[in-house]
Amino acid sequence: MTLATAILLTVITAATPLLIAAIGELVVERSGVLNLGVEGMMIMGAASGVAVAIITGSSTLGVLAAIGAGVALAAIFALLTLALAANQYASGLALTIFGVGLSGVVGAPFVGVQREGIGRITIPFLSDIPVIGPVLFRQDLFVYASVALVIGVSWFLWRTKSGLILRACGENPVSAHALGYRVLRIRLYAVLFGGACAGLAGAYLSLVLTPFWTSGMTAGRGWIALAIVVFASWLPFRAMLGAYLFGGLIILQLHAQTAGVAIPSQFLAALPYLLTIVALTLIMAARRGTGAGSVAPAGLGQPFTPDR
Amino acid sequence: MADRTPLLVAEALTRRFGALVANDSVDLRIMPGEIHALLGENGAGKSTLVKMLYGLLVPDGGRILWRGEPVTLANPRAARALGIGMVFQHFSLFDAMTVAENVGLALDEAEPLRDVAERLREVSRAYGLPLEPGREVWRLSVGERQRIEIVRCLMQDPHLLILDEPTSVLTPQETEGLFETLRTLRDEGRAVLYISHKLDEVRQLCEAATILRQGKVVERCDPRGQTAASLARMMVGSQIAEVRLSHAAEATGPVRLRVDNLNMPSEDPQGTSLKGVSLELAAGEVLGIAGVAGNGQDELFAALSGEVLAPRAADLTLDGTPIGREGINRRRRRSAAFVPEERLGHAAAPRMALSENALVAGHAANGFLRGGFIQRDRMLNWVDAVTHAFDVRKGPRDPEARDLSGGNLQKFVVGREMLRKPRLLVVSQPTWGVDAGAASLIRQALLDLARDGASVLVISQDLDELFQIADRIAVIFNGRLSDAQPTREMTREAVGLLMGGEGFGPATPGATPGAAPGAAPGQARDKEGVA
Repeated sequence: MTLATAILLTVITAATPLLIAAIGELVVERSGVLNLGVEGMMIMGAASGVAVAIITGSSTLGVLAAIGAGVALAAIFALLTLALAANQYASGLALTIFGVGLSGVVGAPFVGVQREGIGRITIPFLSDIPVIGPVLFRQDLFVYASVALVIGVSWFLWRTKSGLILRACGENPVSAHALGYRVLRIRLYAVLFGGACAGLAGAYLSLVLTPFWTSGMTAGRGWIALAIVVFASWLPFRAMLGAYLFGGLIILQLHAQTAGVAIPSQFLAALPYLLTIVALTLIMAARRGTGAGSVAPAGLGQPFTPDR
Repeated sequence: MADRTPLLVAEALTRRFGALVANDSVDLRIMPGEIHALLGENGAGKSTLVKMLYGLLVPDGGRILWRGEPVTLANPRAARALGIGMVFQHFSLFDAMTVAENVGLALDEAEPLRDVAERLREVSRAYGLPLEPGREVWRLSVGERQRIEIVRCLMQDPHLLILDEPTSVLTPQETEGLFETLRTLRDEGRAVLYISHKLDEVRQLCEAATILRQGKVVERCDPRGQTAASLARMMVGSQIAEVRLSHAAEATGPVRLRVDNLNMPSEDPQGTSLKGVSLELAAGEVLGIAGVAGNGQDELFAALSGEVLAPRAADLTLDGTPIGREGINRRRRRSAAFVPEERLGHAAAPRMALSENALVAGHAANGFLRGGFIQRDRMLNWVDAVTHAFDVRKGPRDPEARDLSGGNLQKFVVGREMLRKPRLLVVSQPTWGVDAGAASLIRQALLDLARDGASVLVISQDLDELFQIADRIAVIFNGRLSDAQPTREMTREAVGLLMGGEGFGPATPGATPGAAPGAAPGQARDKEGVA
């Protein structure tokens, strides 16, 4: 395995959980809901996934449990922000704090328990292509799933009526309601989908990347996922680009630390957020004066209460 | 006729909002092939009634019969499935999406966007409402946005079309075109429920009318046998004060506002650049500016108010002082006042109380602050004063701006500026969507202000309004302004021709740098309309 292949492989593994969580949050935000609880849902996914996998001995059940945990937390968020029209920012932050705390309890009995990670799938012949072969065709299911997610979500949002309706709810919930769409129900589905994605991303951390539980193991990846959505200006393929870029930065940070490069690791850790700000600034500069307004869904973060 | 089943019957429909009974046992009967007017002042319950008929609100009592059968309209989808379509007064459009996407969202069957775009092109052409399916809504003028609403309704092939003030942003020619469309629909056996404040239109178009006052049906009549005055009397229950016409003798005072060959490229590439705009406005004069939506009215307003600064200070002079480079607050301190077209979001912040809105607009001149602290009682008194002077109807003393009905908020934002007794008032669409009583109140106030020596500039698409109150009328077309002519020397036909761009001389897009080909909406429309 060449050095280039090795680096690409590590970047992909670092980027995949970011991508899965970001694509879920992207759908949520396109429906007009801002869920800052990604970190909390992700770490609950990681803890539940590893716990169930160790108890049952089945990685599949572990993954399902992780998705279930993400959905469960998202359901709490939906109850607060959709049914009770609570403030989305506060509820999301609370969800993260809650998830991080609860994951410590769930994961406590399993600290230090090692298990076999979910392996990679090798596609015959294709994986023998030099450099890109192992990168593209010797990966775990999650990596393929994440790419499928990007394509699927992009197709859904821009090629289907349901996707159009979802974007309409994010753009102008009042008008969507006036047309007869059930804004809250559509937003609920989006929020639950986001939770499932965050849970799945968490499972990747605790079942593939580092196949054991340590508390706080998401280490801010949920926040990076949120930043990616903004960086990507709410577009799925740009989110993919952002995830790989930020995944690369995480790897760079690790290597710089071990190689003793004189860049403070804190600076590299802050870099994704800095890049997000730069990207946003550039996008807005390009759109300035066109009258197009912000790239964000116009109804993002607005609670909606139908008047019946 | 007698044995025909009505298309839609509402029986004793009642709807309450808290203590307010918005609809009190309302009966309505619409026959197939009938254009039925629904009249009433702001807050009379018209919107509540049609929302129930469109499935947006659930009635507290009463029932709805469709072709004689009782129906429950759980949501707009159910209403559309029966064949009820609705054009909203407040546009229900998605700015970031294209025309085709906006239309597709209102269709109940999934249809590929390409087909939607194709059908949209056909329908819009057939009914003389040309639209470009691929354009995003934020690029379009108010008039064009209204067309989307109408076209998207027509595409659903409705049996009953509900139109909430559809002509408020159309030119006389466009209005006539819409009437043709509606008459065609009627001849096809469809019914139209038509809400309008323009009583002459109602008399011209409708063969039945139901009149609401304070949530109750007070009258049913055939509007063709009525006069505008008698209809208005039924609506308000008393005589509406006639606006006292008082066209002053030419230029009553010294020139107060002068715009001198103002050239302003639009910041928005889809906007209209102002080209060589000149005007003079004397003290005590009302100058009206007519034009089709999207021909530079917004840009002219922004230039006059100081929201966008002119290239040179001398481009604009107020009482001889160059003010072209002064911002909006400095102009306000010079006793100028501005009322923009969009009342919610531009003239007023939706989620702020009226008093706070008064402060935000008045902080440059009103003296609501003492040592940096807000004088709350003064603000509230000011709100009371505006409320009283302009008959603003509201529940609590100081509600949020968005809680007021459109007409009442309009009275508030106009009143807020007028009560300061400005020497110059620039107002855009002063009575859009306002009922007859309130419109007459606002127009009278504008005239009174001018009689007291102020200069008033009214940008309006309502020609009746301009002919009623303006001393002189100029027409804006594609960013250029015609010479203002005394109103009594103008005819509606002449103004209409100017609004269509005739008499402006050769102004090819190539000759005026900065003008994109698409920046001539009036012209482009006419061509498409013919094709």
